[in-house]
Amino acid sequence: MTEKVTIEQKVLSENDRLAAELRQKFTRHRVLCLNLVSSPGSGKTSLLEKTLAALNHELKIALVAGDVQTENDARRLERAGGKIVRPIVTGGACHLDARMVAKALEAVPLEGLDILFIENVGNLVCPSSYDLGEDMKVVLISTTEGDDKPLKYPGMFRRSSVMVVNKVDLIGSSEFSLATVRENALTINGQLTVIELSCRSGDGLPAWYGWLRSQVRR
Amino acid sequence: MHELGIAQNIVDTVLLEMQNRKLPAVSAIALRIGALTDVDPEALVFGFEILSKDTVLRQARLNVERIPVRGVCESCGAPFEVEGYVFVCPGCESRSIKLTSGTELDIAYLEVPD
Repeated sequence: MTEKVTIEQKVLSENDRLAAELRQKFTRHRVLCLNLVSSPGSGKTSLLEKTLAALNHELKIALVAGDVQTENDARRLERAGGKIVRPIVTGGACHLDARMVAKALEAVPLEGLDILFIENVGNLVCPSSYDLGEDMKVVLISTTEGDDKPLKYPGMFRRSSVMVVNKVDLIGSSEFSLATVRENALTINGQLTVIELSCRSGDGLPAWYGWLRSQVRR
Repeated sequence: MHELGIAQNIVDTVLLEMQNRKLPAVSAIALRIGALTDVDPEALVFGFEILSKDTVLRQARLNVERIPVRGVCESCGAPFEVEGYVFVCPGCESRSIKLTSGTELDIAYLEVPD
């Protein structure tokens, strides 16, 4: 015979606790924190490079760049004008967790910051379970991927607040349909804000900058 | 493959609970895993078996209860089960749906031998 001992604990309670601490800090310092997620190669780093080039003079931006190996993305962001860039090399882990972010931010003064971007590891599965204290997740998808991706990774698209569709300059080179990806994404998450752009041609980027400005807390 | 990390969290949490509650043994760990969590129960069990091997949990089973995705329509108030991740109210077709279950990743209870 066995006896049931109720414990009712969240498996990720330690991560959630650290994420709540981070969120409190961001809120106190009025920092908008965005967690960027996507498949590898959708253009997270390119979007951040463009964002730095366009907004660095009006907004104070910090970035945390996560990768399984190399600090290449962090270097790219510094070259693009990023003044506060902190790399996280996970050494194999497929996602960032709140502990890694807290550690990366240890010596970063949040006072006066407008936006903190967290560039997650390229992966549409694992990062969805890990709260990093962000205000919102922004999910990127590019037109060289399938337009059914929201249906394949519903967890991530449901948890995200914004979907950025990148590489719209390449539309026509593949079977990708903007209408289909929008419909698929909104079926999973009717509240999703959709922004279509191309980091290469610059099309649609002003809408992304406008959205960022509208979300900044000061 | 984040199941290994999640399995480690389960091992750590249960070992701590056993210590706090002075439980000498655990025969099963009951988990609730929502269908929207992107956690594969098979990979989780596999990871747990490896990680628990050298602990007092080596005999413990993981019992996974899958929790379906449920929502409430914010327009007409109808509760419904979200099938195939289509977050559209079957009654009024609104897409404004509040999730009520499906994101659980919980340890519900432990089974302890008498």
